[in-house]
Amino acid sequence: MTDMRVPAWGWWLMALGLAGFVAMLAITIRRNRGVRRSLYAWPYTLWMVVFTVLPLILIAYYAFTDKAGSFTLENFANFWDSNRAMKNDLLRQGFDPNALGMGARGTVNVGTLVYSVWMAFLCTVISLVLGYPAAHIMADREFKLGATIVVLFIIPMWMNFLLRTIAWMSLLEDNGLINTLLQGMGLPKLRLMYNSQAVLLGMVYNYLPFMVFPIYNSLSRQDPRLSEAAMDLGADQWTTFRRVTFPISMPGIVSGITMVFMPSVTTFFIPRVLGGGNTEMFGDLIERTFLTADDWNVGSALSLIMMVLILLSLGLLRKVDPEGEGGSLI
Amino acid sequence: MKKLLIVLLAAAMLLPLLPVQAEGVVNVFNWEDYVNPEALELFEKETGIKVNYMRFTTNEDMMVQVRTNPAAFDVVFPSDYVIERFVKEDLLMELDFAQVPNADNTLEWLKNPSYDPDHKYSVPYMWGTVGILYDTTRVQGPIDSWQVLFEDTYKGEVFMLDSIRDSMGLALKYLGYSMNTQDPAELKAATDLLVKQKQDGIVKAYQVDETKDKMVAGEGILGVVWSGDAQYAINLNENLAYVVPKEGSNVWVDGMVVPRAAKNPENALKFIDFMSRPEIAQMNCEYIEYSSPNQAAIDLMGEEYLENPNLNPSQEVIDNCEFFHDIQDRITIYNTLWAQVKNAK
Repeated sequence: MTDMRVPAWGWWLMALGLAGFVAMLAITIRRNRGVRRSLYAWPYTLWMVVFTVLPLILIAYYAFTDKAGSFTLENFANFWDSNRAMKNDLLRQGFDPNALGMGARGTVNVGTLVYSVWMAFLCTVISLVLGYPAAHIMADREFKLGATIVVLFIIPMWMNFLLRTIAWMSLLEDNGLINTLLQGMGLPKLRLMYNSQAVLLGMVYNYLPFMVFPIYNSLSRQDPRLSEAAMDLGADQWTTFRRVTFPISMPGIVSGITMVFMPSVTTFFIPRVLGGGNTEMFGDLIERTFLTADDWNVGSALSLIMMVLILLSLGLLRKVDPEGEGGSLI
Repeated sequence: MKKLLIVLLAAAMLLPLLPVQAEGVVNVFNWEDYVNPEALELFEKETGIKVNYMRFTTNEDMMVQVRTNPAAFDVVFPSDYVIERFVKEDLLMELDFAQVPNADNTLEWLKNPSYDPDHKYSVPYMWGTVGILYDTTRVQGPIDSWQVLFEDTYKGEVFMLDSIRDSMGLALKYLGYSMNTQDPAELKAATDLLVKQKQDGIVKAYQVDETKDKMVAGEGILGVVWSGDAQYAINLNENLAYVVPKEGSNVWVDGMVVPRAAKNPENALKFIDFMSRPEIAQMNCEYIEYSSPNQAAIDLMGEEYLENPNLNPSQEVIDNCEFFHDIQDRITIYNTLWAQVKNAK
């Protein structure tokens, strides 16, 4: 595993942010009477500036500059053709990429992006299909175990997600728990790990709660008299669900989709552990570009493209649910 | 009250700087699973210097970190070709060998290595080879060539190294080229071979530190590993064996270096000297199971070390292997080709 070291100035920045945060909080509390309420927003604003706005500016700066620091769009060209930098190097060193059979456009970056979006889409759909009924059952007032299940969903989240993901390995391995059981029953072993399905499983497992809880929230807040009224007016169960319950839970669904899609599309590490590094997702690609290939400029361009993509999909969701909770995340 | 608060906060902000500048600290950046933790404890007890120990997985990852913030590290453990690169980039401090008397214990053939020809910047820590770790109960026929990594026989049962130079290097070697080739056509051929190996479904996973334990657990039949990881696995599972393929492989040395920007160079030298002390070198060698570059430590270990071909390969094997050298301006080409392998479908 890569040992992420924060450079000294990073600590400074964090200390500064934290100090500012605490100071603002202290000052606000000291004169908490007769103070304009907007003051309360200050710590958050400062926090956002230091940890969101400044890094964003840095990323944009790196994305549009070359190693020497002058403006360029080359990094985005590199995204489109992942072989571009190599071909330029070859030409500079007096080789003809075409003659070497290395002249084709590199599809690594675009392909990885498409793959990541596809995986995130699958993960979101599966989470929705699994999560909606679960949330519905949990929110049912007649169902006494609802609260227990909520707790059961939360408890695993107290553990670090890396640990939870690694734990899956001992279940899925060739000599893991599942295959040992299968073998014990006289059944053939299955190849469960080191493929895309295992990665998808890991993603659904990790992100499912983010789908369940928003939907659970919007369903449990729902006034039970609404569906009672629908029933009184002659609607059957299905019609009540379709015309009353489901539309009311829409904000929860939109919020759930956002909260699952965003981390899914930027997933990294899971493909390396459960996928055995056989397929990279966009998060892995960005990580490798920064940490192994040492190319902060292309890495930043990739990050920027990812962010634009997420913003676009959020905008799309807003269209679906104009006043919904989904957009309130950013 | 408010002033006091501000003073306290200002003091708190200085905290992160303390550990790196305090006198009694040495910031060590070493490979994952690459030291006997007891050795670090002994060093702390004896010198009173606190070891701030950090780990990395591949040379390439470590290079980025050291370049980004060289002042964060006092002792780094790069491999030969990285030392060569760092020297070219003027990142390393010339060592004051008067303060590292134990460096004299170094084996003769490693005293003036090609990556540090004047022996100015590094003291060898461990050395070893790259080879194939295999499950003797499940292989068919003898394993003595890289060939087996590309055969359908072992479909879905091969662990490759998720490390650019090692994986490209073995493919180059199998094709009969140098591991340090500068010829793009040869690199292309190696890439094609690795892409085909992946597309044929032979590769189970690309990983680094995980392979040894997976092999012990019988999760794969063949695994490309460094010799020490092989010995570690063999100690835990007697069905495993290790071979350096006949086409030749990579022989490497990991050295201890001090970045020019290091904040505690004195402590760094003390640390390097301590690590080169025969008893400590022996302790580390017996714990991580790599080959020792320390003659005095080898003398202490005696027969058991000398008779183990994984730890002490014959001169013939070594001569058949190559050191990695810095690939200079081919780095982008290597990175791009490796990305093609990793993303081949």
